[in-house]
Amino acid sequence: MTTAAATAGGRTAKAKPATMAQALGRALRDSMAEDPTVHVLGEDVGTLGGVFRITDGLAKEFGDDRCTDTPLAEAGILGAAVGMAMYGLRPVVEMQFDAFAYPAFEQLMSHVAKMRNRTGGAMPLPITVRVPYGGGIGGVEHHSDSSEAYYMATPGLHVVTPATVDDAYGLLRESIASDDPVIFLEPKRLYWSKADWSPEAPAAVEPIGKAVVRRSGHSATLITYGPSLPVCMEAAEAAVAEGWDLEVVDLRSLVPFDDETVAASVRRTGRAVVVHESPGFGGPGGEIAARITERCFHHLEAPVLRVAGFDIPYPPPMLERHHLPGVDRVLDAVARLQWEADS
Amino acid sequence: MTVQELPGAAAYRPTPPPAWKPITDPAPLLPDPEPYRVLGTDAVADVDPELLLRLHAELVRGRRYNAQATALTKQGRLAVYPSSTGQEASEIAAALVLEERDWLFPSYRDTLAAVARGLDPVEALTLLRGDRHTGYDPREHRIAPLCTPLATQLPHAVGLAHAARLKGDDVVALAMVGDGGTSEGDFHEALNFAAVWKAPVVFFVQNNGFAISVPLAKQTAAPSLAHKAVGYGMPGRLVDGNDAAAVHQVLSEAVARARRGEGPTLVEAVTYRMEAHTNADDATRYRVDSEVEAWKAHDPVRLLERELTERGLLDDEGIERAKEAAERMAAALRDRMNADPELAPMDLFAHVYAEQTGQLREQAATLRAELDAEQDHDEQGAEAGR
Repeated sequence: MTTAAATAGGRTAKAKPATMAQALGRALRDSMAEDPTVHVLGEDVGTLGGVFRITDGLAKEFGDDRCTDTPLAEAGILGAAVGMAMYGLRPVVEMQFDAFAYPAFEQLMSHVAKMRNRTGGAMPLPITVRVPYGGGIGGVEHHSDSSEAYYMATPGLHVVTPATVDDAYGLLRESIASDDPVIFLEPKRLYWSKADWSPEAPAAVEPIGKAVVRRSGHSATLITYGPSLPVCMEAAEAAVAEGWDLEVVDLRSLVPFDDETVAASVRRTGRAVVVHESPGFGGPGGEIAARITERCFHHLEAPVLRVAGFDIPYPPPMLERHHLPGVDRVLDAVARLQWEADS
Repeated sequence: MTVQELPGAAAYRPTPPPAWKPITDPAPLLPDPEPYRVLGTDAVADVDPELLLRLHAELVRGRRYNAQATALTKQGRLAVYPSSTGQEASEIAAALVLEERDWLFPSYRDTLAAVARGLDPVEALTLLRGDRHTGYDPREHRIAPLCTPLATQLPHAVGLAHAARLKGDDVVALAMVGDGGTSEGDFHEALNFAAVWKAPVVFFVQNNGFAISVPLAKQTAAPSLAHKAVGYGMPGRLVDGNDAAAVHQVLSEAVARARRGEGPTLVEAVTYRMEAHTNADDATRYRVDSEVEAWKAHDPVRLLERELTERGLLDDEGIERAKEAAERMAAALRDRMNADPELAPMDLFAHVYAEQTGQLREQAATLRAELDAEQDHDEQGAEAGR
């Protein structure tokens, strides 16, 4: 999707610091203004504007029928959204937190993901499910899960996650406009991250399904998404001192998965580390490492490594820094990429 | 320090919580103490004889349809069939009370309701034959896909009816569920949403006595399933599910109420599943013959036939005519189901997403190659055989 007012990749004079939260809210607002079939529903999304204030002002601008405070029942919210989509609306559902989305799993797995398929294409469901996800905000139990592996293992869903302010706006607009269901994972610790951004002329971004090289380098590729992108960017800067010039790939969507961009990068660098918060076992990193190995085996100088959250239930907030992949853990993995074999 | 010594204790007067008042008056929501009946009661005088005759013809057809579909499982033409034999009055009434613009949300046991609404019987049965999940375009017929995960279609009915109301369309959704389904969380969430949103929905529970093998007593401790409505602030109606005229009347009133913008109704039809859960089930393991026999005396087709013949509205010839029409339907269904369905393996990849992902394109190519190899193999085999 490109926005009419967009200036390809550049900034306009009006750009000023904005948070990812503001860009997401603006994306909802612009989608609702442009398309009267877009309806937002969820818990506390109306009067309060959502617990993260992403939907702030929408009920006031568009009315309670367009931005609706629902009863507190996630399966009911998503199930109702299915019915609304069956009737031609384009619902955007907010799940309040990652772990609070689990009651809606049956609706998601059995209906949202399958309806297009089980009706032979007759009844696609253009539903966007926004899920604030991941840790790093000091949340108590059940507020910090990285649940992307469940979603990406379910055929029929798109799984999208922005890591920049530009992408937050652009990818959410495209998700809402998509005729397929999209799980839109919002890295909550990046909600307050800032970048120069113009609500009047948001930058055009690559479409869903395209990964983007955020930092070019030739030593090794860090493959990541969402909340771990800033970690990888910081690690790449720190690695310069070690003599490594790291490339960083931001996946932006786990489904569809951009094999081309990832494989092209790894063929160039010959080494790869996948970084994410989600537990490593059965997590996205295993799939990504396998895909790289299948495509780039003869270009690899070392096994593809994973830096992931530990295979533990998300820890209490005072211990979460030990769990989350940080710069040091990423650099340690890079150090283990069999550099001595080169010399 | 004792309570009496607390400062201000003398002035203390217990009062109710500041803002409390009942949200809804429960009295008008309560169901009748017994299932509402029409046939054989004074109320039947108010029913249009034409409607009774139509219900009769449809029930006879429906009974035959169930028998034919069950026979098709024995011939290997259907993978499985959850029969609604004994429940035809409820199935047919659910279909007949709706206008064309309304929506029906059937469960997997409700192919008969879908067919009675006008759906092609073969299209209704593709799911159970196993060649495709939903054999029809739901929007064309305004019949949602037959739903297997219990009660999960109920929130869809609420969302659809809510959306229609927001658009200003005069559309009612009727959602069907069984007694077992009322224990599911989605039943609760759907009824709650519908009542809060005043959505034009009718929840139609067919209490047929069993969830596969588990009897109602192990499913709920509620006075009746209809009573559950009161907790959500909507009226509950209890009706004899084998009395076609009564079900038709109660559902019609619920649909009209929804159409007037007065919100949802929960209707419980008390009926009985005469067959096992499906052809793959053995009902003798969990129920006794005498119970089945007692319900045979309350058979929906017989109840209607007795009413019509006693009033001179139907004679043996009329009954015979209805049976013949049903036979013609069954023969046509049998003939069509005896043809092997055309399978389209490549379509497995066609409707996962609007646009195929790279992975799916690769996998489709794999299947294409396998299919081509199979075909080559078959052709070579045919040539060798010549």
